[in-house]
Amino acid sequence: MADEAVFLLLHNEMVSGVYKSAEQGEVENGRCITKLENMGFRVGQGLIERFTKDTARFKDELDIMKFVCKDFWTTVFKKQIDNLRTNHQGIYVLQDNKFRLLTQISAGKQYLEHASKYLAFTCGLIRGGLSNLGIKSIVTAEVSSMPACKFQVMIQKL
Amino acid sequence: MAVCIAVIAKENYPLYIRSVPTENELKFHYMVHTSLDVVDEKISALGKALVDQRELYLGLLYPTEDHKVYGYVTNSKVKFVMVVDASNTALRDNEIRSMFRKLHNSYTDVMCNPFYNPGDRIHSRAFDNMVTSMMIQVC
Repeated sequence: MADEAVFLLLHNEMVSGVYKSAEQGEVENGRCITKLENMGFRVGQGLIERFTKDTARFKDELDIMKFVCKDFWTTVFKKQIDNLRTNHQGIYVLQDNKFRLLTQISAGKQYLEHASKYLAFTCGLIRGGLSNLGIKSIVTAEVSSMPACKFQVMIQKL
Repeated sequence: MAVCIAVIAKENYPLYIRSVPTENELKFHYMVHTSLDVVDEKISALGKALVDQRELYLGLLYPTEDHKVYGYVTNSKVKFVMVVDASNTALRDNEIRSMFRKLHNSYTDVMCNPFYNPGDRIHSRAFDNMVTSMMIQVC
């Protein structure tokens, strides 16, 4: 049971560490969010390589998104994505009603303005995983009431 | 026991290529390059009847008079190509599969190394050692 807490605490420290080491001007510019997202990107690439080592080849994009929602999310956050919606034109919305990294922060609207910092790493994680599987995407997150959050994935068609 | 092993990125440039008799290297590079077309053909949807679509191991790509070329594609579209001596008839399919599995495991370890940038050539010594163990010993 202890292994969940380790990543949670490390992630919280990472966020505060990045913000503390940034200079005054950068905090407003959002460069810290970019740093966290890029960290998540590289981690996502490595993780996906390890997780897809033994799985069969994916048939199409929807197959890949379903893999992200079920196996990938289960291995990283010990639960599945609660809701996956798509418009079949390259936009996917992943909804998690009890996001592991936000449960300890608040149970409603308190601290809502700080939530984006804690979601940046996970956005990068999704983007890195998809990019290693051959899908270029943009991932954003929105929170209306913690700990539920939505990740929106926009696939870039080249 | 392989004669040449190559790891090719999804953009089709080599990340790692090594052959054992080092004098005829160019010939093996050319062979690996031509085998990429065969790999693409096998993974495209057109060749549905040829290969089980869900498998990562592609099998024998094409035989030449003294060499046989085998292929394997990962889910991240990284291709492994192995050239073996055609005279080595003792080498069975299972052994080739297990060699590719070892390659895939080592490649995953390289990918998770924080000092490795995805897309660069592979310089890892651990990967080199693993590949050396799979190549034939030439005195």
